[in-house]
Amino acid sequence: MSSANPAAGESYTTSKRVKSVLVMIVLVLLTIICLLPIYILIVNATRTTTDITTNGISLIPNLHLIDNIKTLLEWESAGKVNYNALIGYRNSAIIAFSTCFLTVFFSGMTAYGLVVYDFKLKNAAYTFILAVMMVPVQVTSVGFYQFMTKLGLTDTYWPLIIPSIAAPAIVFFMRQYMKSSFPLEIVEAARIDGCGEFRTFITIGIPMMQPAFAVQAIFAFVANWNNYYTPSMILISRSKSQLTLPMMVNTIVSNDKLADYGAQYAAIMLSIIPVCVVYFIFSKFIVEGVALGGVKE
Amino acid sequence: MASDSKRRIRSISYAKYGYMFILPFFLVYAFFQLYPLFNTFFLSTQSNGTVDTVSVGLDNFKALLFTNEGNRAWSAVHKQFVQALGNTIILWVGNFIPQIIISLVLAAWFTDSNLKIKGKGFFKVVMYMPNIITAASVAALFVTLFSDTQFGAVNRLLLNWGVIDSPILFVSDRTASRVMVMFIQTWMWFGNTMIMLTSGIMGINPSLFEAANIDGANSTQVFFRITLPLLRPILLYTVVTSMIGGLQMYDIPALYRNGTNDNTNIRTIAVYIYGAFHQTPPNYGYSGAASVILFFITTILGAICFAFNRDKDAKKYKKSRASLKNKLGGI
Repeated sequence: MSSANPAAGESYTTSKRVKSVLVMIVLVLLTIICLLPIYILIVNATRTTTDITTNGISLIPNLHLIDNIKTLLEWESAGKVNYNALIGYRNSAIIAFSTCFLTVFFSGMTAYGLVVYDFKLKNAAYTFILAVMMVPVQVTSVGFYQFMTKLGLTDTYWPLIIPSIAAPAIVFFMRQYMKSSFPLEIVEAARIDGCGEFRTFITIGIPMMQPAFAVQAIFAFVANWNNYYTPSMILISRSKSQLTLPMMVNTIVSNDKLADYGAQYAAIMLSIIPVCVVYFIFSKFIVEGVALGGVKE
Repeated sequence: MASDSKRRIRSISYAKYGYMFILPFFLVYAFFQLYPLFNTFFLSTQSNGTVDTVSVGLDNFKALLFTNEGNRAWSAVHKQFVQALGNTIILWVGNFIPQIIISLVLAAWFTDSNLKIKGKGFFKVVMYMPNIITAASVAALFVTLFSDTQFGAVNRLLLNWGVIDSPILFVSDRTASRVMVMFIQTWMWFGNTMIMLTSGIMGINPSLFEAANIDGANSTQVFFRITLPLLRPILLYTVVTSMIGGLQMYDIPALYRNGTNDNTNIRTIAVYIYGAFHQTPPNYGYSGAASVILFFITTILGAICFAFNRDKDAKKYKKSRASLKNKLGGI
C-alpha cells in the first residue's frame, strides 16, 4: 500500500508526528501551569521580603529560608500570630490519623455486614446509605454546630473525629469492591473451623479487602488533613494548642499587620510539605484510586 | 463430619451479626448527621440574632426568597442570599466549562492509540497534584502571590515590566477576584476530572476504536462519533457531581480575601450559610433556611445522578420491577 502511494503515507505519518509534537507542547505547558505556583512558593520562601517586594517573581531560589522561619518563630513568641508548624502538624496528624482509622475500619465493617449477612433490613439499610451519600456537609452544618454548642463539645476534637465512623460514600465503595472480589465461601469455611464472626472479619475480611482499605485510607487521610471547614466551625476559641494546620495558615494570611512576605511564603510552604510527601510516595496509587472510585471531597 | 457441621452452620441464623456489623455506622450517623439534618430543618423556622431561638414559622424563607419592599432587614437578607446564589452559579460555570474542555481533550489524547504519548503516568500525577494540596494553603498562596498592593509578587512583576501603571486589585476587585477563583478551582480540579474521564473512555469497548481505525477514521471523527456519544453517561454524571460539589464550594471563595472580611463578590451560598450561623449572635434562622433550600437543590441534582447510575443496571431494574408487578398481580 505504501509503495502504491508513498506520498500519501508519508504525509500521514508527518501529520501524525506534527500532532504528537503539538500535543506534547500543550501537555508540557499544562505541567508548567500546575507546578509553577508551587515552585514559586518554594522559591519565595527562600527569599527576603525586600527581594520579593522589589523584584516580584523570581525562579532562582535564595538562601533565606532559615531567616524566614526564624521570623515566623519571632511572631509566634511575640504573640502576633497563632502559627507554629510543629503544633499544627501534631494537631492535624491526631485528627487525620484517628479519622482515617475510624473511617476505614467502620466503613469496612459496615460493608462486610451488608455483603456477608442476610437480614431483613439489609436492602433498606443499603438504600438508605445510597440516598444519604450525596447530602453535603454544608447542609447539615447549622444543625450540627448548634447541637454541638448545646452539648458543649465545641473546642474539642470529638465532633471532628467521631462522625468519621459514618462515611456513606466509603461504605458504598467498599461494598462495591467486596461484591466483586470477596468469596463468601471463605466465611463459611472459617465458621466450620470454629472462627467467631468478628474474628473472621478481622483476620480474613480485612486482609482480603486490603486494596480497597489502602485506597480509602489514603484518601481519608488527605481529606481530613486538608479539611478546613469543620475544624474552623468547631474550634471556635482559636487557641493555638488546638489549631489544625490549614487554620494556622489562614491566621497568617488574614493578618494585615504582618509585612513580611518571605515569612508568609515560608509558613504556607511548611503547611503543604506533609501532603506533598504523602503524594510523592503514593502518587501512582492515588491516581489509580481516583480512576477507580471517583472520589470527590 | 464436615457435611454435618456444615448443615449445622446453615441452620444457624447469622442475621443478628449483620445488624451488629452495621450498627455503629447507623448509631453515629443518626447522632452526628441525621439529627443535625433534622435540627437544620427545625432551625430554619427559628428566630435570628439569638442563641435561645423562638419559632417564626416560614418567615426566614420569605425573607430569603422574596423581595420585601416594606421590610428593610428582610430585603437586605434577600439581597445577600440572591447574590450568594448568583455568585455560586457564576463561579461554578466559570470553572466548570474550562475544566471539562481541558479534561475531555486530555482524556481523548491520553487514550488515543495513534498518539504515542510518552510519560502519561507522569502527566497524570502532575496534573492531579493541585487537587491534593490543602485548599486553605492554595488560597493563602494565591492571596499572597496576587496581593492587591504594589508589593505583591505578580503586581510587582507586571509593574516592573511596565505592563500596568497601577497594581491590579486581584483580590478585592469584582471581576478580577471572580476570575481568580475560577482559575484556582479549574487548576485544582481539572486533573481529577481528566482522570475520571480517561478511565471512562478506557471502559469503552476497544474493538469500536479498532474498527474505526481500520475504516480510516481520523482522531477528530473518532472523538465526536465514538468517544463522545459513548461517554455521555459518564459525562452527565461528572456534570451533576460537579454541580453538587460546586454548590458546596467553600474553602477557596471563603479564604481568597484580604484580612478577615468576606469578599461579597465571591461569597458563595456555602460561605453565606457558614457566616450566618458562625457569628455572634448567630442567625440560625436564615442559615437554616438557606441550608434547607440548598438541601432541596442538591436532592434534585442527586436524584438525577442516581437515575444515571441506575441506567447501568437498567435491565436488572426492569426485571425486578416486572417480578414485583407479578407479585402484586398475584395479590
